[in-house]
Amino acid sequence: MSDTPILQIENLSTYYGAVQALRSVSLTVQPGEICAVLGANGSGKTTLLRTISGLQPAAPGSRILVNGEDITGAPAESMVRRGLAHVPEGGGVIVDLTVEENLRLGGLWRADRRDRAQALDEVYELFPPLVERRNQPAASLSGGERQMVAIGRALMARPAVLLLDEPSLGLAPLITQQIMRLLHDLRDRTGLTVVLVEQNAASALSITDHGFVLSQGAVVARGSSAELLADDRMRHAYLGF
Amino acid sequence: MNQFISLTFEGIANGAIYAALGLSLVIIYQATRVVNFAQPALALMAVYLAYTVTQATGSYWLGFATAMASGTLLGVVTERLLVRPVQDKSPLNAIILTLGLLMVLQGLAGMIWGNLQHSFPPPMSFRDLAAVPISPEEIFALAAVGVVATVLFLLYRFTPLGLRMRAAAFHAESARLSGVRVGLMLTLGWGIASAIGALAGMLAVPPLLSPTVLDAVFVYGIAAAVLGGLDNPFGALAGGLVLGVGLSYVSGYVGSELTTLAALAILIAVLSLRPAGLFSRATVRKV
Repeated sequence: MSDTPILQIENLSTYYGAVQALRSVSLTVQPGEICAVLGANGSGKTTLLRTISGLQPAAPGSRILVNGEDITGAPAESMVRRGLAHVPEGGGVIVDLTVEENLRLGGLWRADRRDRAQALDEVYELFPPLVERRNQPAASLSGGERQMVAIGRALMARPAVLLLDEPSLGLAPLITQQIMRLLHDLRDRTGLTVVLVEQNAASALSITDHGFVLSQGAVVARGSSAELLADDRMRHAYLGF
Repeated sequence: MNQFISLTFEGIANGAIYAALGLSLVIIYQATRVVNFAQPALALMAVYLAYTVTQATGSYWLGFATAMASGTLLGVVTERLLVRPVQDKSPLNAIILTLGLLMVLQGLAGMIWGNLQHSFPPPMSFRDLAAVPISPEEIFALAAVGVVATVLFLLYRFTPLGLRMRAAAFHAESARLSGVRVGLMLTLGWGIASAIGALAGMLAVPPLLSPTVLDAVFVYGIAAAVLGGLDNPFGALAGGLVLGVGLSYVSGYVGSELTTLAALAILIAVLSLRPAGLFSRATVRKV
């Protein structure tokens, strides 16, 4: 059983109207891995995450398994219960709520009140700048703090898999670096699995174990991060550095 | 002076009713971006059912409970069966739909209970005490709306359910990704809003009930909600009270035939000075 992938995607396709956004994507992620999903703008990275978490319907014949359980077609609101937490593009922080309300929202689905409080403490420990802002409206946060709230809210659910959509979007390189390091530490400490969608391939590959490159909705390359970094042709064609 | 005090109290009591109706509109507008024009008709049906129960049992309070329960249920059914299917379309679809529902329900009420006025007296017998410038009905209206507004505030601000409902209203996608059943929360919001509308109806109707009795009150309710800023519950409460007191002065000192005109004048004045409403939050909603 130990080699059951935590996330297994088979033959995943999806359409926006008549336009096919994903073309038979298959990929496997093992527990505790950090994997990067790379590719240019419009290559289907965000769509991939949105389809995995049920925000976008998967076409017939697609299969999505989390820890061996088939979740294809399950509603988005059931995903946290299945161990999947999704930080959408831009973070999805609710600006009308306070920082703490945003965080608490992430853990609300769990019955264990004491563990919810514990999880909140852990998130504050992970992101100390949020402590003194806990009762402020999230609208008042900087971009980096917002991303902390977004990731913190996802962690409140104590997920097995964290789907992270472009956490570097709009952030200074230094803050991006901090977030990447934090994800890496988190994985090492808790065994969290992370699927990281990034446009910034260099910064993503610096912390990931392996990666997938999407182009026009299909996987065009896969391999360890070191292999992807070493492949000049790949770097020029798809990763842009 | 005595007239001033009694006009003020009367204005506050009426204002509480406008505030309640305004609040019911704001709750739905916040959650679904729909101005529920069917609100007075939903309230009307609830009040007619209450009237029927009160007639049959002789108990005002059984009727009151009926109004609350049927109000909630009507809101839930309206959301599930009528509004939900057009939710993803242009907001105009849902608005037209609520307008249609308003006419259908008013017609239905006329068909079932007749278009003549029924006497539906308030729970308290009217005691005309010259020394006390406020009537028992006014106290009842103010207390009822005060209690409901307080309970609602506590529910939304301090309970997990309230947090879920706010999250669903503000940002449906983030709420879903946090495991919130957004559809259920919207239905619940409609139920609560519609119950508050029914309460406003019960307070506004006495002593005479007819199918169009709530029309004027509803106009003031919308005015209250718009005055306060359509997405701000506190604004609706304040807007209702301001409007109630203002109209009471106009009616008492200038002439009761001018109240509707005055409501319109207040609305135009506020909207030209602060287009988003008196208390609307300055932040632009980013989705």
